[in-house]
Amino acid sequence: MRLPLGKIKIRDDQGYDTIIKTEEFEEKRVGQQVDIPNPIVKIENLTLKYSGTPALIDINMEIPKYKATAFIGPSGCGKSTLIRCLNRLNELIDGVTIEGSIKISGMDIFDPKIDVTELRKRVGMVFQKSNPFPKSIYDNVAYGPRIGGIKSRSLLDEMVEKSLRSAALWDEVKERLNESAIVLSGGQQQRLCIARAIAVEPEVLLMDEPCSALDPIATGKIEDLITELKQNYTIVTVTHNMQQASRVSDYTAFMYLGRLIEYDITEKIFLTPSKKQTEDYVSGKFG
Amino acid sequence: MKNFWKSGDPFIWITGGALTFSLLMIGGLLFLIMAKGLGFFWPSDIAEVRLKDETKLLGQITAREKIPQPGAPPGTPERYRIQLQIGNRDIYGLDFRWVNEDEIAKIDYPRSAVLLERREWGNMYGFINEIREGEVVVAQGNEESWIVLKDLLPQTQDIYKTIKRIEKKDIGDFNYKIEKLRLDIRKLELQGGDQTSMQANIKSLEDQIEVQKKLYRNKESELAGLYEKLTEDKIIVSTIDGREKEMSIGAIVRAYRPNDMSLLDKALLYISKVWEFVSGEPRESNTEGGIFPAIFGTVMMVVIMSVVVLPFGVLAALYLREYAKQGLLLRIVRICVNNLAGVPSIVFGVFGLGFFIYAIGGTIDSLFYPESLPTPTYGTGGIIWASLTLALLTVPVVIVATEEGLAAVPRAITEGSFALGATKFETIWRVVIPVSMPAILTGLILAIARATGEVAPLMITGVVKLAPELPIDGDFPFIHLERKFMHLGFHIYDVGFQSPNVEAAKPMVYATTLLLIFIVVVLNFTAIVIRNRLRKRYASSVF
Repeated sequence: MRLPLGKIKIRDDQGYDTIIKTEEFEEKRVGQQVDIPNPIVKIENLTLKYSGTPALIDINMEIPKYKATAFIGPSGCGKSTLIRCLNRLNELIDGVTIEGSIKISGMDIFDPKIDVTELRKRVGMVFQKSNPFPKSIYDNVAYGPRIGGIKSRSLLDEMVEKSLRSAALWDEVKERLNESAIVLSGGQQQRLCIARAIAVEPEVLLMDEPCSALDPIATGKIEDLITELKQNYTIVTVTHNMQQASRVSDYTAFMYLGRLIEYDITEKIFLTPSKKQTEDYVSGKFG
Repeated sequence: MKNFWKSGDPFIWITGGALTFSLLMIGGLLFLIMAKGLGFFWPSDIAEVRLKDETKLLGQITAREKIPQPGAPPGTPERYRIQLQIGNRDIYGLDFRWVNEDEIAKIDYPRSAVLLERREWGNMYGFINEIREGEVVVAQGNEESWIVLKDLLPQTQDIYKTIKRIEKKDIGDFNYKIEKLRLDIRKLELQGGDQTSMQANIKSLEDQIEVQKKLYRNKESELAGLYEKLTEDKIIVSTIDGREKEMSIGAIVRAYRPNDMSLLDKALLYISKVWEFVSGEPRESNTEGGIFPAIFGTVMMVVIMSVVVLPFGVLAALYLREYAKQGLLLRIVRICVNNLAGVPSIVFGVFGLGFFIYAIGGTIDSLFYPESLPTPTYGTGGIIWASLTLALLTVPVVIVATEEGLAAVPRAITEGSFALGATKFETIWRVVIPVSMPAILTGLILAIARATGEVAPLMITGVVKLAPELPIDGDFPFIHLERKFMHLGFHIYDVGFQSPNVEAAKPMVYATTLLLIFIVVVLNFTAIVIRNRLRKRYASSVF
């Protein structure tokens, strides 16, 4: 069926088709607004449902290599869910169904032939609440390499030191590597978790609101660290804190109710957003 | 009034009262057991009681109670009676005698009264008349004899120990070897095969048996000599009512004059008696002597049970919590496991008898020990079967506790492990189990507490009144799991209710009970200390 001029057919997330005016469509057209140079992650038509309830709807985006990309949006908008798709951690939850595809360095991560543990070694993650294992500092950082089969003590020593240095924690803990990680302060624990994640040398480092439980000084340290780390890692971070997103990220994606509303260079999102919702959110009118 | 209830104050009093009441009950129980059990070993003075009818009694006062006077008019003065342990069972027939206080003319504590603890017939109370070596009188009169006796007693004790060692070790060894050779012959006969070579083999084994028997006979004559020496020295003791009793010094375990002892001497004697109780072997059908075999059996059984129940319970709980698909079936399984913990223990005992002993033990016997049949080796009660039965009894406790521990492992921690590329197995092995270790140990503590106190299933799976050998000894393969064993709980029952001399055994029951409680506390305490250490190590901020 040919549509009349100036009209367009769109399919909503329930699968119903509607015919609307082209201008309305322009207003409704959401998603990536910018060409991404050198993308490492490509998300195509990603839809995720928790026991039938959609949490992510038709996400299409690319994430650039060696840059920090921030996801912002009000609670429940799906930003955490989205980054947990990148290392397939959502699969641990019962009743999750995923459609669409995600490619990381050209590899389709939902390919049944892919070994999920290999994927997770390539896509590290830092969680909202620091979650060090109740082991020594050393054992925490060495956990990933040991899982990877490294047994040589000298090699492990080297990796632990390197990771702790990269996480800017080495000078604080080098005297007490065998003490329990639990005795560290909140900010130190979070940096330990970052050290633990980069010890396996991932390509992409996911950070799910890494500073939400920290005081401003510890937050500042983590933010500096992110700026430092993006020299060597692709960073994808979720944050509630818009100042933080504007400080650390090169690109910012705004999500709302499971949809990617707008995704652009950070300055553009914060200074001249093209969508009304984005503008309302970043200017603090809601959220 | 309504406001009074509303304020919540009475509720606080009720709750506090309930707790206080429980604590008082437990405290009272412990106090009673301790008072009765610990007092048993104290060498109290020997009283010489002269009654108004001129009868004299000699013994230790063990109790005092009010005489019930039913139907007496109010205002009647209360009357009391005392219980005397007069001993000398071989002469009087009874160890104890009740004496009404108003019949007593006088109580003395003669310095020279002596108490002889004997290997047979219980205590003897009296005065020493003379001591003879063979037919020669070496000492006469109380004082002189007492000095000589103190010299002689250690010597005879040494002889007695030598005899016991020879009987237990050397003779035991010969018997063990002869039995083994006999079984080897039987095995060869059962195997059949070439007649001539078999006959030759059997012949050589029979020769070996002859050699052992010869050695055995030599030892036996040595032993006979020692026995003669032991009974050579005689002591003559007169009782308070003038009867004389002659016996060999070798029959005496301990001799002392409590009325002539300082407090320090008594304390030392007390310690030595407690030590004998804890480390010695039972005498006189368990009513005297020590209970070491029972302690050993109890602890060993609990240890074997723990070694079995811990891995089984933890593995089962891991499957239930981590691998099994949560659903109706799993819920039913869980309910069944919980209910299993409430099944009466004797039911497990019967199952242990039918399944472990007859089915598994019987099969082991017919496969591996056909030569000793029809005498069963594993097909009869033994420490391994008792331990397995208890493991079965306590496995639900471990499963439930472990499952709770696994469920309490924070999701953030397991996710952290998964996010580093760990598989489910690696996550469970390296993170989940260490973190839930305190809970697992709590399960083990509960299991141990339950198993130590259990008696009923043991009575049909391997506990005996008197086990001749410990389950661990010097004979290959050193740990004999098929052996029957003694157990403190059963010991209490046996001594208290099955012994011929209930009155004399009463304090022994309290002392044994005290020890059983002590062992439960020690086992639990050890586990708790380990758990707290682990807890400190694995304490996590996310808890």
